[in-house]
Amino acid sequence: MSGFTGFAVRRTVSAVLTLLALSVIIYVVFYATPGNVAQITCGPRCSPEQVHQVAQQLRLDDPLYLRYWHFLQGMVVGHDYSTGTSVEHCPAPCLGLSYQSDQQVTQIILNKLPVSLSLVVGGMVLWLLLGVGTGVLSAWRRGRFSERALTGVTLAGVATPAFVIGLVLMIVVCGQLELLPFPEYVPFSDDPEQWMWGLLLPWVTLALGEAAYFARLTRASMLETLAEDHIRTFRAYGVGERSIVGRHALRGALAPIIALNANDFGSAVGGAVLIESLFGLPGIGQELVHAVTVVDLPVVVGMVLVIGFFVVLANAVADVLYAVADRRVVLA
Amino acid sequence: MSLVHVTDLTVEFGDLRAVDGLSFTLAPGAALALVGESGSGKSTVASALLGLHRGTGARVSGSVGVAGVDVQQASDDELRRLRGAKAAMVFQDPLSSLDPYYAIGDQIAEVYRVHTRVSRRTARARAVEVLDRVGIPDAVRRSRSRPHEFSGGMRQRALIAMALACEPELLIADEPTTALDVTVQAQILDLLHTLRQETGMGLLLVTHDVGVAAESVDDVLVMRHGRTVEHGPVGTVLGAPAQAYTRELLAAVPRVDAPRVTSGGSGAGVSGGSAVGASGGSGGGASGGSGASGGSGGGAFGGSGEGAAEAAPEVVLEPAPEVVLEAVGLRREFGRGKRAFAAVDGVSLTVRRGETLGVVGESGSGKTTLGRMLVGLLEPTAGQVRHDGHARVGVNPAVQMVFQDPVSSLNPRRSVGESIADPIRARGERDEQRIRGRVRELLERVGLEGAHYDRYPHEFSGGQRQRVGIARALAADPRVIVCDEPVSALDVTTQAQVVALLGELQRELGLALVFVAHDLAVVRQVSDRVAVMRRGRIVEEGPADEVYDSPRDAYTKQLLTAVPALDPEIAARRRAERGAVAVS
Repeated sequence: MSGFTGFAVRRTVSAVLTLLALSVIIYVVFYATPGNVAQITCGPRCSPEQVHQVAQQLRLDDPLYLRYWHFLQGMVVGHDYSTGTSVEHCPAPCLGLSYQSDQQVTQIILNKLPVSLSLVVGGMVLWLLLGVGTGVLSAWRRGRFSERALTGVTLAGVATPAFVIGLVLMIVVCGQLELLPFPEYVPFSDDPEQWMWGLLLPWVTLALGEAAYFARLTRASMLETLAEDHIRTFRAYGVGERSIVGRHALRGALAPIIALNANDFGSAVGGAVLIESLFGLPGIGQELVHAVTVVDLPVVVGMVLVIGFFVVLANAVADVLYAVADRRVVLA
Repeated sequence: MSLVHVTDLTVEFGDLRAVDGLSFTLAPGAALALVGESGSGKSTVASALLGLHRGTGARVSGSVGVAGVDVQQASDDELRRLRGAKAAMVFQDPLSSLDPYYAIGDQIAEVYRVHTRVSRRTARARAVEVLDRVGIPDAVRRSRSRPHEFSGGMRQRALIAMALACEPELLIADEPTTALDVTVQAQILDLLHTLRQETGMGLLLVTHDVGVAAESVDDVLVMRHGRTVEHGPVGTVLGAPAQAYTRELLAAVPRVDAPRVTSGGSGAGVSGGSAVGASGGSGGGASGGSGASGGSGGGAFGGSGEGAAEAAPEVVLEPAPEVVLEAVGLRREFGRGKRAFAAVDGVSLTVRRGETLGVVGESGSGKTTLGRMLVGLLEPTAGQVRHDGHARVGVNPAVQMVFQDPVSSLNPRRSVGESIADPIRARGERDEQRIRGRVRELLERVGLEGAHYDRYPHEFSGGQRQRVGIARALAADPRVIVCDEPVSALDVTTQAQVVALLGELQRELGLALVFVAHDLAVVRQVSDRVAVMRRGRIVEEGPADEVYDSPRDAYTKQLLTAVPALDPEIAARRRAERGAVAVS
């Protein structure tokens, strides 16, 4: 297991470096962005004095490196902010205060993250079941009618935008058939059952779009493995098709599926904005889009770092899974 | 009742008729070899015995009976019960033929359970038993290893163990030793021989190697274009072949026990080469040889052939050919720290103008690494490569390489002419007309047509592609060509042609050749001197006939007794000798 410890240490170090680089890039990009941040934050009806005051409060006049240094300090030891009337302590890891609401960014993220994770984890389970299942089936039934039908459906899935699927689902399931109430987010801790019903349509919508890619990838990867010599060996030894497809071929086809899944999971955490907006889910994606439009730098940095963290984490998990799936892979 | 009964078998893939009305029978416990070159349909026959063409789109007609099962008429379930249980197959490449993701013992147990419906434990115990039977040491522990943790020979043993698991009546071995080293090949063939004696199972051996057949079977069926050429007892077919094709095939097989037949030995060949070089004047060595047209070509490229031009006058003066390529204490390590190992570990050798140095060794002996260092494709960790007495670093046009795989060493997206023109362009030639002219000349020189310039590699056969590879090497007007397994991917008849071409070129152009190969017989047929490599070192070096006829090193002796003999009687004697060597 020492190999794994070494792997974990190396991965953690590289993750921290990646996230640091990310934060620097965002700082530089936003610093270079035209527009008066203080004016936007203060609002259109502020007097120049008020704007000046806001700028001072937000320390917008400090040079870039100093602001970045304060950011790093906050991450490690926390930070005290004066909000004009009182002093607020922001404990480490402090991502700063929102320019807009004066709320601690860490707190905003902690509020939004469960929503996004609920959506993405549930969606992932569904898209893997749907996508890999369809892919295996169509590889197995290659050339027959059922395979062509499946291929057609998955193609349609790739081609249809998620919001169209979601909208149609909502109109049909909730509006016409009245099978479900219109989705509403209920925290898992409040009522698990309501949580599930509320997320069901968003999950399906997310999964239908993603599953198509997984189905096509799985099919291609399965066909490749099915053409390999060792599959021929087991056929020549009378092993049944079920075992050949499910045991030998699927195992060999897993690597690209793991890779794609890591990628999609990571990016869906922050990227499922359309689905979040459509179903009124108060998740990371929506908040991020809002923060970008009002140049709320601390929120943007915080959100991007969290998303980056999940991308890095998902890829590290994928690497571990590779090594589990294929013993020839050495973790490094 | 016969074990295998094939009548009028025809297998077609689309328009291609791979097997064309083949009939034969195999008695229980007997051994038959299907021998033929690539494309003769021999492997297709092996697959047809297990009904493996079902569902692949191939059209199969005729009747195939195996162990009482009518393969053509059997239901899918009946066919599954035949496969592995009554007739088991061993494949060519033991690495790719086993599932890389599961432990070897589990794979054997899975196959066993398919046919016996026993518990997992019992099946696992059976797996260990058969692994032990085929000579896997510490079978209990090793049964938990995955294929990549096994050596090539061990993998093939494991595959044979899988075949043995259900005690089949027939073993079908499709090129079972082609991917293996010669000493390992001998071990596997001996194992098959012993198993057959012990279990009394029948053997159908598919092989391109006549020697392997001679070692292992009672009867031989020579195939060509999907038809039987000759069928009879192995002694008769190989000893007194009735058909012209069989004779041709046998004649093409390089003999490890016969001295070099081609006339281009060191003496005459070299003087002839230098005479041409001298008369060619300023012309590069490569173009000087091809007569009148070569003269003009030589003129065109004379300026760049400086290496040859420099040395040419000396050759005429000196009685012994000069050393053109020299390796001094070459060492090459791969990996770092604890994982570092030396693939080549202190090799020194010399290659003289006009001679062929054979470098022979098994896989992992470092022969390819050595070849790549000689050409400059790989930097040595220590030691020096010297051209004409000067230490050189990096690639040098005067030392060219011909690669093993003529398929992957040519860019499939460029015409062969463009590939051959590369070294010419690399030297700075810009005149399209001259380049085309020179490439045409080279194509003709290696036995292709000048008009092939615009064709692509896939339009050529394996042997023709290797000719293209040789033409590309010649394009740089080299003095030395390092050939890394140049014929190991080719059929014997093609192999013989390519070897003959290399010999011809050497004599005409005074080339020095370094011929790196695993095949002892081929090396003997082309080499003046031979170096035997093992674990990165040269264990024995000397004139070819000396090394082969009176080897001094124990390893060389071991290698030589492992080479399959064409005469079944000699084969039996060798088998006994190997047993004795193994005991002592």
